[in-house]
Amino acid sequence: MTSLTLVRRIKARPSIVFDALTTPEGIACWWGPDGGPVLVAETDPKVGGRFRVRFRMLDGSEHESSGEYLEVVKPERLSMSWRWTGGVEDPGESVVEIRLRAIAEGTELTFTHSRLRDEESRSDHEQGWNGALNKLERHFLQATEAAGQT
Amino acid sequence: MVNYQERLDRTFSALVDPTRRAILARLEREESASVSALAQPFAIKLPAVMKHLDVLDDAGLITRTKVGRTVTVQLRPAPIREAMDWLRRYERFWSMSLDRLAAYVEGKEAEARKKGR
Repeated sequence: MTSLTLVRRIKARPSIVFDALTTPEGIACWWGPDGGPVLVAETDPKVGGRFRVRFRMLDGSEHESSGEYLEVVKPERLSMSWRWTGGVEDPGESVVEIRLRAIAEGTELTFTHSRLRDEESRSDHEQGWNGALNKLERHFLQATEAAGQT
Repeated sequence: MVNYQERLDRTFSALVDPTRRAILARLEREESASVSALAQPFAIKLPAVMKHLDVLDDAGLITRTKVGRTVTVQLRPAPIREAMDWLRRYERFWSMSLDRLAAYVEGKEAEARKKGR
């Protein structure tokens, strides 16, 4: 139901970016939220092929996700189903979509992680509740500040 | 006790509906409001509004206080905080990963250029 979209402008051509996204050697160099190592990276970048990536964070915790490639159009589009496996993370399957567009300086990468809570999936409401969360967050911040003072 | 995943599901399913979001947005602006004041802008009947309030209450997003004949509704921000934290974890994960991806491929690009490709 909800989705997350990030855009990056990268000084590298789309084919190089695409390889980094789809090869185990590439994935091992960037996947993960901190400098912790990638322990397993397996890919089979064709429609119906699977990927599996396991990484360790600097706090020692290990996390693994896997899924199936849904769309593989080198060097422009890549999408895959996504699921955390073998951990305490979120259950359920979501979808990762990556679009690469050639621009003068290299590549514009648009990354979307969608259907993050698929049980409630109703695509037309997606934007609505993201907006609602952002607005309501102001209230939350005020409330915590007030709580912090007591 | 309702577990974390169930709470998130409740929060998000409560937020799916535009009427409920409008109610929360109003409570966010006004701190508290009576049920009849909340119902007033909507082209739906009071019982329908009450149902929406039940869903919001079940999700822990509001509290209702009865004083005399007036029920006052207030926003409870804790589940929103939890939902935002949950979404931020994904954002942090991908944002950091994509920054590292960019640094890595920019290095590869520089190498490729050196080799004259």
